[in-house]
Amino acid sequence: MENASVLTIVISAILVNNFVLSRFLGICSFVGISQKVETAFGLGLADIFVMAMAGVIAYFAEIYILQQFNIEYLRVVMYILIIASLVQFVEIVLKKVMPSLYQALGIFLPLITTNCAVLGVALLNVQYSFNLLQSVVHSVAAAVGFTIAIVLFAFIREKIESNDIPEPFKGFPIALITASLLSFAFLGFQGMI
Amino acid sequence: MKLSNFTKGLVKENPVFYQLLGLCPTLAVTTSLENGLGMGIATTAVLFASNILISLVRKLVPDKIRIPIFIVVIATFVSVVEMLLEGFVPPLYRALGIFIPLIVVNCIILARAEAFAYENGVLDSMLDGLGMGLGFTMSLTVLGFIRELLGTGGIVFFGNTLFQLPIPATISMILPPGAFLVMGMLMALVNYMKKKEA
Repeated sequence: MENASVLTIVISAILVNNFVLSRFLGICSFVGISQKVETAFGLGLADIFVMAMAGVIAYFAEIYILQQFNIEYLRVVMYILIIASLVQFVEIVLKKVMPSLYQALGIFLPLITTNCAVLGVALLNVQYSFNLLQSVVHSVAAAVGFTIAIVLFAFIREKIESNDIPEPFKGFPIALITASLLSFAFLGFQGMI
Repeated sequence: MKLSNFTKGLVKENPVFYQLLGLCPTLAVTTSLENGLGMGIATTAVLFASNILISLVRKLVPDKIRIPIFIVVIATFVSVVEMLLEGFVPPLYRALGIFIPLIVVNCIILARAEAFAYENGVLDSMLDGLGMGLGFTMSLTVLGFIRELLGTGGIVFFGNTLFQLPIPATISMILPPGAFLVMGMLMALVNYMKKKEA
């Protein structure tokens, strides 16, 4: 993956290795916040924003702190602190600078700290030894893939609401089975790269 | 010290099936019985250690910054577990891959720190961590067992074939869709049993 072109990274992160449907990152919010298309879309946007920034900052932290001082074993501690403070920071800045966007994303921002997709993308960037451009592209594409998956899923769930489902399957079980079918569909992209 | 703190995590408040916490690793690593069990044990170790440490320092931790402190404690133990796995069981380390560092963001651990260890004594927190961890391990093992059995037609445990069924292997069960499907079915079963009890 080290020399992967930008286009390959984009297609791979959005379709072939979709973060939710094939890597299982960010499942909690995928299942938890997908009852409505609107909120799903809001969460997706917040995620794109945070993941792009986390990708950049984690990259510089990796090069200038972890590798500089040979303390790669502190990577997990460092990254989670970066993400947690980044989310707080983004929240404060948005509140001041763009109140309307803050209103729209408000409740989702704190939730993103424990969204494993953010930490996951930062760790994957290191694992694939991406350079700065590749890291940014990969982070954004992964978040876009997450947004596509959660919005599609929310559309289906809105339809399911009005269907007659057997009692034990109501709620989470039918949502997971729906996700399974969606995941089958994304499996079809497997041969693309 | 109450034994119920230990037993509640096993079935009644099972973290996966009743609290719906930690779904990412549950779905991602349960491609086989072995991986499910390994992930469960790794998570239990972190949960056990973090619960003990947090309940020990709970009186020293200021209320306002408790969450960042919990996260640092958890991340530290995760790093320790990661290094131990890399050193002693490299095949498992490779199989679990990125999901070992991601134990940090497993909601179960932070949830127990916040809801239990921060408010209870060391012994109770220890039992709570162990119980919740074993409940998590059980769920992952069951899921891994079903998926491996249907996906490959048999169970292989640390290189030994335990048994082989005369059924065709449904490869999609060990691919991502199978994870969602088996989990959905198991959850429906749990709901059905809950209904029957009530």
